[in-house]
Amino acid sequence: MKNTISVLVENHPGVLYRVAGLIARRGYNIASIAASSTEEENITRISIVVDVTDERELEQIQDQLAKLVEVIRVVNMTQIDHISREMALVKVNAGEEHRADITNLVSIFRAKIIDVHPDTMVIEATGDVGKVNAFCEMMSKFGIVEIIRTGEIFISRSHKRLIDN
Amino acid sequence: MLLKGGDAVVEVLKREGVDTIFGYPGGVALPLYDALYESGIRHILTRHEQGAAHAADGYARASGKVGVCLSTSGPGATNLITGIATANMDSVPMVVITCQVTTQLLGKDSFQEADVYGITTPISKHNFMVKDPKFLPDILSKAFYIARSGRPGPVVVDIPKDLFFANIEIDDIPHLPFKGYNPIKEGKSADIDIVIKALAEAKRPLLFIGGGVVISDMSQTLAGLLKKTNLPVIASLLGLSAVDHQYDNYLGMVGMHGTYAANMAISNCDLLLAMGVRFDDRVTGDIDKFAPNTKIAHFDIDPSEIGKIIGVDYSVLGDLSWSLPQVTDKAIVMDISEWLQQLTNWKTEHPLKYNKKDATLLPQEVIEGVSDILADDAIVVTDVGQHQMWAAQYCRTRTPRGFLSSGGLGTMGYGLPAAIGAQIACPDQEVWLFVGDGGIMMNCQELATASEHNLPIKIFVINNHGLGMVRQWQRMFFQGHYSASKHYAGTDFAAIAWAMGVQSLTVKKKCGLKHALEDAKNSQGPILIDVWVEDDENVLPMVAPGAPLTDMME
Repeated sequence: MKNTISVLVENHPGVLYRVAGLIARRGYNIASIAASSTEEENITRISIVVDVTDERELEQIQDQLAKLVEVIRVVNMTQIDHISREMALVKVNAGEEHRADITNLVSIFRAKIIDVHPDTMVIEATGDVGKVNAFCEMMSKFGIVEIIRTGEIFISRSHKRLIDN
Repeated sequence: MLLKGGDAVVEVLKREGVDTIFGYPGGVALPLYDALYESGIRHILTRHEQGAAHAADGYARASGKVGVCLSTSGPGATNLITGIATANMDSVPMVVITCQVTTQLLGKDSFQEADVYGITTPISKHNFMVKDPKFLPDILSKAFYIARSGRPGPVVVDIPKDLFFANIEIDDIPHLPFKGYNPIKEGKSADIDIVIKALAEAKRPLLFIGGGVVISDMSQTLAGLLKKTNLPVIASLLGLSAVDHQYDNYLGMVGMHGTYAANMAISNCDLLLAMGVRFDDRVTGDIDKFAPNTKIAHFDIDPSEIGKIIGVDYSVLGDLSWSLPQVTDKAIVMDISEWLQQLTNWKTEHPLKYNKKDATLLPQEVIEGVSDILADDAIVVTDVGQHQMWAAQYCRTRTPRGFLSSGGLGTMGYGLPAAIGAQIACPDQEVWLFVGDGGIMMNCQELATASEHNLPIKIFVINNHGLGMVRQWQRMFFQGHYSASKHYAGTDFAAIAWAMGVQSLTVKKKCGLKHALEDAKNSQGPILIDVWVEDDENVLPMVAPGAPLTDMME
């Protein structure tokens, strides 16, 4: 089962290496990981999607992460009301014969064409991971040249900040 | 107060109460060594950095204080790695200072540069690379705080050479934030009450004591609990010194080479109070068949240990120095005489045993011989292998922190330098070392360190002319193929010791043991006794790796 975990860490040099190293050496199965700065200068937020077999494994991951000295908070977002987003940049074959179809699909998915080349287009698609998957699937029939995805990020719907919980 | 970086390091060490460090100098460490010169801090020069790391570990385990070791960059630092990993597995508080190439040379593959931060991240409790001199005093004192608080462990501080020349303010200093590091001391008393209730209803309760009880210095409290309740008790390798071995309902060590009674007890109890243990695979055997009909209550300071290996029914988070006194207060006296009788039967029907031979000494005899003449506060140190297990089985330690052994990592070469650290920490206590003829060679250069400081360590080389535990497994599981496990070139360990200024003798026959034991007991300086024992003796009983604890070879 997939679970989403938000990790708040001290913005010290090497902290991402520490978190990624822990995940790798303990053999956890990571679907995606994304790190960025936050509203607080000294705090970095890491969004992780893990694939676990059961509750106990999920608890272990959280406990092991929390044990790292520079980790401030670990929150299982699956248990709280939250919104998630991912962005993909898709470079797709777009010869003249397919341009209309692609443009149509872009509009249906509320994606955005951000660059056009005589043979290809680059499209920005944003949404929850299901929508991004579906869009990439639709694009695949035109021939995807390359694709890059940010990994999922998530934020709670509560009026409170994660750090204050 | 404004100080030069090197002096600032020395000043922080003094403020942290450090009086002894173990180390080895080299290029980029010279400025720090200059600051140490006539600083009043005692520096023990080992003969290899690995020796310094294990000595700091032995110092810490024997005294409970933070052990400190120091090396230069590159190879000096990488030689510490085994010692850091050993301390990390066994939760030993250490501060490891590695000097690094100057900041300008970092990342350029400079002479004697190694990525110490990267290498030590997975094998330390925490580590720092100091880049900004103004944070140096804060980082160093935080290293001590992190090493000793919560679940202890080694903390590495990597300091580039140029920082030793910077002018550093050490009183009004900026602090690095550590909002997330809040080790739990006190948990919830309600969790203890739940366990006490379960204990009152249990018919076959059992206490399982691990290294956490030693670390929390709770042996006295534990003795009080046992006296009050008569609860039966077993120990892990690292918990051995926390339990009074004369206690009637003590069943010995549990696990792969545990006693029959201890393994049967853990497999048949209905409530297991596991305190400061981490359910290592050498303890549990087949995890699916471990303590099958048992409710488990796990007491630990580290939340990530709860449920890591085995699902538990009750957990009590917190320092045992907080929880164990409460358990002792709240536990009621129960009638468990039937269960105790069963355990006594197992104990008397299946004692630890070996068959003595006429001429050849058995390793167990040597260890029992030492055990008989140990002072009450003696510290026993082991290396790793067969002799380690025999020491665990046959050597009765009588004092908390009186049994030092590399449990988690199983590091050969640990014994001699750890004994040096222990003897330096506890100069008035006897220190006895058991080591194999394999393990002594891994750090035998430290005989020179023991000699230099005239440390009266009593070293027993249990010499079976090869790698005993490897051979045992080869006999049992690999059709007796002694692949790379015999020492064909005889090594004269007495001569090695003599060459380094350590008194020595060789015992080849049974009749020589008594005299050797007396010599060891009375020696005022280091003494090495090379005892030739039966080559092919097995450590028994034994549970094969991955088998359930009830499948015992006796």
